[in-house]
Amino acid sequence: MSLRSPMGRVLGLGSAKEGSGHWWSQRVTSVALLFLTLWFVASLLRFPAFDYELVTGWIGKPVNAVLLTLLIATTVYHSQLGVQVVVEDYVTAKMPKLLLMMFINFIHAALAALGVFAVLRIAFGVAA
Amino acid sequence: MSTGTDTSTGSKPPYVRPLSPFMNYRWQYTNTLSILNRVTGLGLSVGLLLFVYWLVAAASGSDAYAHARNVFSHPVAIAAMVAFSFSFFYHLLNGVRHLVWDAGYGFEKSTARKSGWVAFLGSIVVTLFFWFLVFSSRGAA
Repeated sequence: MSLRSPMGRVLGLGSAKEGSGHWWSQRVTSVALLFLTLWFVASLLRFPAFDYELVTGWIGKPVNAVLLTLLIATTVYHSQLGVQVVVEDYVTAKMPKLLLMMFINFIHAALAALGVFAVLRIAFGVAA
Repeated sequence: MSTGTDTSTGSKPPYVRPLSPFMNYRWQYTNTLSILNRVTGLGLSVGLLLFVYWLVAAASGSDAYAHARNVFSHPVAIAAMVAFSFSFFYHLLNGVRHLVWDAGYGFEKSTARKSGWVAFLGSIVVTLFFWFLVFSSRGAA
């Protein structure tokens, strides 16, 4: 006889209440990054030079701007998940861990905002 | 770690208590590769700063971008980018290895060792090839 409720068994989340969500997000973002990063590296290699006009012209193209936005968002999320695991594994003191996680969250949120905003600024042609 | 020894009598427990894997596994190159996956991942998180800096500089106008190009052409920055590129290719190849494991394949000891060598040597080869392409087609980035 199990003391777990039928609903609890269906959800299968255990005491942490989040189940495999973190693990699964890391796999999904890694598969997405497989394509996005290879596209980016291939694009870098096709640049004849890294002049201002060439680079901003390339970033500003709609397809590139959309893919770059996806690349930034996915990379930041994947990085956030990965660094979180490292902190959880090696930092055991409660307060330092909490503060470090908060700091890492802030940094990643800032990187996502900066990166996406920069791409959109170029794409919508408001760059100086 | 807690041993479960009965301190009241000082006698040892009648059985050997299990140890955490990292306490009793001998060192093998496959666990070095596993650690390297984590190290390169952390390195890439730092490299992300450089990538976002490049985008922000491009969005901030030609002067800011020219300044960024100076920063990126500094020998230290180039060395860092070589390190980031190796980290990227290793994390990519070893990441594929992990995804294959997650799908339930490649766990045989000989297979895992072979795929480990492919990921490690492959990433060195691809990194060298990448920088060969970069420098052969246009000189320093």
